[in-house]
Amino acid sequence: MLRYILFRILQVIPVLLGTTFLIYFMVFAMPGDPVAAMFGEKVPSEAILDRLREQYNLDQPFFIQYLLYLKGILVGDFGMSFSGEPVSEILARAFPVTIKLAAMAIVLSLVLAIVIGLFSGLRKGKLFDNINLIVGLVFMSIPIFVIAFIAQYGLGLKLGWFSPTVGAGAPTKDLLLPAIVLGVSLYATSMRLTRSSVIDTLNQDFVRTAYAKGLSRGRVIPVHVLRNSLIPTITNTATDFGILMVGATVTEGIFNVPGVGNVLFKAILKGENATVVSFVTVMVLIYLGVNLVVDLLYAVLDPRIRYA
Amino acid sequence: MKRSRMGLGFIALATAGAFALSGCTSGDGSTGNAAGSGEGIITVNATEPQKGLIPADTTEVGGGKVVDALWEGLVYYDAEGATQMGVAESIESDNGTTWTVKLRDDAVFSDGTPVLAKNFVDAWNYAANVDNALGNQYFFSAIAGFSETEPVEELSGLKVIDDHTFTIEATPDFPDRLGYSAYYPLPDVAFEDMEAFGQSPIGNGLYKFASDDAWKHDVEIKLVKNDTYVGPREVANGGIDFKVYASLDAAYTDLLANNLDVLDQIPDTSFAVFQDELGDRAINQAGALMTTLTISENLEHFSGEEGKLRRQALSMAVDREEIIDVIFEGTNIPAKDFTSPIVDGYTEDLTGVENLDFNLEKAKELWAEADKMSPYEGTLEVATNSDGPHQVWIEAVANQWANNLGVTAAPKLYPTFQAFLDDREADTVGGPFRSGWQADYPGAYNYLQPLYYTGASSNHGFYSNKKFDTLLDEAVQEADHDKSVAKLQEAQEILLDEMPSIPLWYQGTTGGHGENVDNVAFGWNSVPIFNEITKK
Repeated sequence: MLRYILFRILQVIPVLLGTTFLIYFMVFAMPGDPVAAMFGEKVPSEAILDRLREQYNLDQPFFIQYLLYLKGILVGDFGMSFSGEPVSEILARAFPVTIKLAAMAIVLSLVLAIVIGLFSGLRKGKLFDNINLIVGLVFMSIPIFVIAFIAQYGLGLKLGWFSPTVGAGAPTKDLLLPAIVLGVSLYATSMRLTRSSVIDTLNQDFVRTAYAKGLSRGRVIPVHVLRNSLIPTITNTATDFGILMVGATVTEGIFNVPGVGNVLFKAILKGENATVVSFVTVMVLIYLGVNLVVDLLYAVLDPRIRYA
Repeated sequence: MKRSRMGLGFIALATAGAFALSGCTSGDGSTGNAAGSGEGIITVNATEPQKGLIPADTTEVGGGKVVDALWEGLVYYDAEGATQMGVAESIESDNGTTWTVKLRDDAVFSDGTPVLAKNFVDAWNYAANVDNALGNQYFFSAIAGFSETEPVEELSGLKVIDDHTFTIEATPDFPDRLGYSAYYPLPDVAFEDMEAFGQSPIGNGLYKFASDDAWKHDVEIKLVKNDTYVGPREVANGGIDFKVYASLDAAYTDLLANNLDVLDQIPDTSFAVFQDELGDRAINQAGALMTTLTISENLEHFSGEEGKLRRQALSMAVDREEIIDVIFEGTNIPAKDFTSPIVDGYTEDLTGVENLDFNLEKAKELWAEADKMSPYEGTLEVATNSDGPHQVWIEAVANQWANNLGVTAAPKLYPTFQAFLDDREADTVGGPFRSGWQADYPGAYNYLQPLYYTGASSNHGFYSNKKFDTLLDEAVQEADHDKSVAKLQEAQEILLDEMPSIPLWYQGTTGGHGENVDNVAFGWNSVPIFNEITKK
């Protein structure tokens, strides 16, 4: 088990090198001069532009720029943003907000999805199941920005139940509405996975055996059925978490959440290489980390899975 | 055993969730709502400043309005754009080129140190030195001794006489510009570590940073009333909380919910409804921002006499009123010159102004005449960047040209502003392109020189006309203000005839305020006059 974890952690190194290189190259290859764009229509003299290019290593060839960036990372220096703030501080500010938002969305959607998915599976073909499937389908087919705008306008602005935008420091109560919106978009998939998995498991021999042994329904359903049905849901949730890290850009924009998607979007437009690559690097790390945790959770859910 | 392991999994998940939920719940929610006038903090929308808050390095609006709240220059511009004395007691000259500036002796920085002549001279020398790479360096070119490329430690045109007096050797129109943020003074402490200073600046204006870390990047900048300020202006509120918004739409939503007191720009998605939704809290007035379409002089079919005819034809083939009504919901004003209604000497009666009127017959005639010289073939592409709100009206212009002149016209969209700028600099856009200009100080010269003077910094159309250049030079050297304005008007008439760019409209100032504030007015530069706003 320990060897397996170590191996997985070592795997991260080539993945990181590869992704940072690719991202750095992509931002580098983007058309346009980021330094000139800092000034909009009011372009200063070439001498000033040259000095700024020098400051951000933009006068160097691509490989040198990339190596300088890597060298910085090794000593914990992620570089500077154009507004003169260390990128490490931007990371430390934006990631907690997005992780919090993503975690709230996932907890909300997962709890609902598992409970409702389980009951739906147990009552397959009944009224509850059918209504639930239709509701899930509706949630799945509405684009997230539509849900976001309706929620912001209706629940936030008109009814005043929630704050329509997120204020300074991203307090939990402000994040509730965007978390619900994100949760709604995740809910349907998790619910359907749980439901079909529950239906599958109900037909398995070991469930029949469990009932035959005389175990009560109250023991069979949670311990035997639910537990064995959760693997696909958990796997899917890990993917969701990764998607939320970046995919929340639209929601973060609408609700003014000062999180990863928002910062990254602006940095890409500005061509701020150091910020973009650092953010993507941390995102890759989180994604790999979550996947590792999920792989380890499998062993908890299904003892037949062993890691050597 | 098995059960407990499964339980463990859930507990792990749940704690992770709870940890994330409880983490970083900061205590300060909304600002304290101190009742009574003069104490309340007003909240205002903002964008993240692009650079540290060093006045001469701030070239965009987001940082500009914070800098203007933190500093007071030798002079300032009032709501109408008229020049008023700020830190200066007098600015006088005998010969029109050497100016003696006397400072008030009661002006202080917010850290308590007095504002002295050397604070101006040091700041200007620093900004003018190319090695320091400040964005507004070229603003000091009017001062004797300036070099655009060679590092100059001390400008020969600046001399400290005593603590409260210094002299400037510069062009005669120089005092008009002195309200611009590039010319603000810096306290001595700034030069110890300019980068750190930019993150926590100390000014001499109406407001100061609420604390050393009042700038929470991407979130907010908190200013409070500067109690040490002595000067001509008064502050009617307790401070300004600049809230950074990811989008204007989010800011507008907050305005409707009264989470935001002042919004200085209405998002284009709400143009149609904002006057209804805000009622008498809506603001819609003339602004300083000019939108034009520039066509490079070097483009085939667009140089010389043929180019002039085509530009005039294109200008007359755009129905500005219709686009303003349909797309901008009446929030813009059709252009009648190359400056803006807010500048001194603005008039709608310049010779050649009819070239800016919609005139279908004349347009077709001129286009045909140009075609006789050399027939135009292919597609006329109108370029803009698509990461801003310009695509819709660019399409409308292309459509009008196609319908009115019978040419094939289509938008050409650049994904980012950078890519767009690159092609403009390299002169490879290949058609008319969008350009906009907001003045730094309310003077016509600031609209004409950077854009149309031969070889000027933002002359993206590569326009060059000796007579025009001469008129601008003469206007700058002219000590008599009215004569100077007349020269600039004459220079504009050349532009109206030759059309190096096609003026479209003056972008209106749209904005609004919430129910918790009063006395909201916007200045000449579309920025709210913060110090006069009162919180209920």
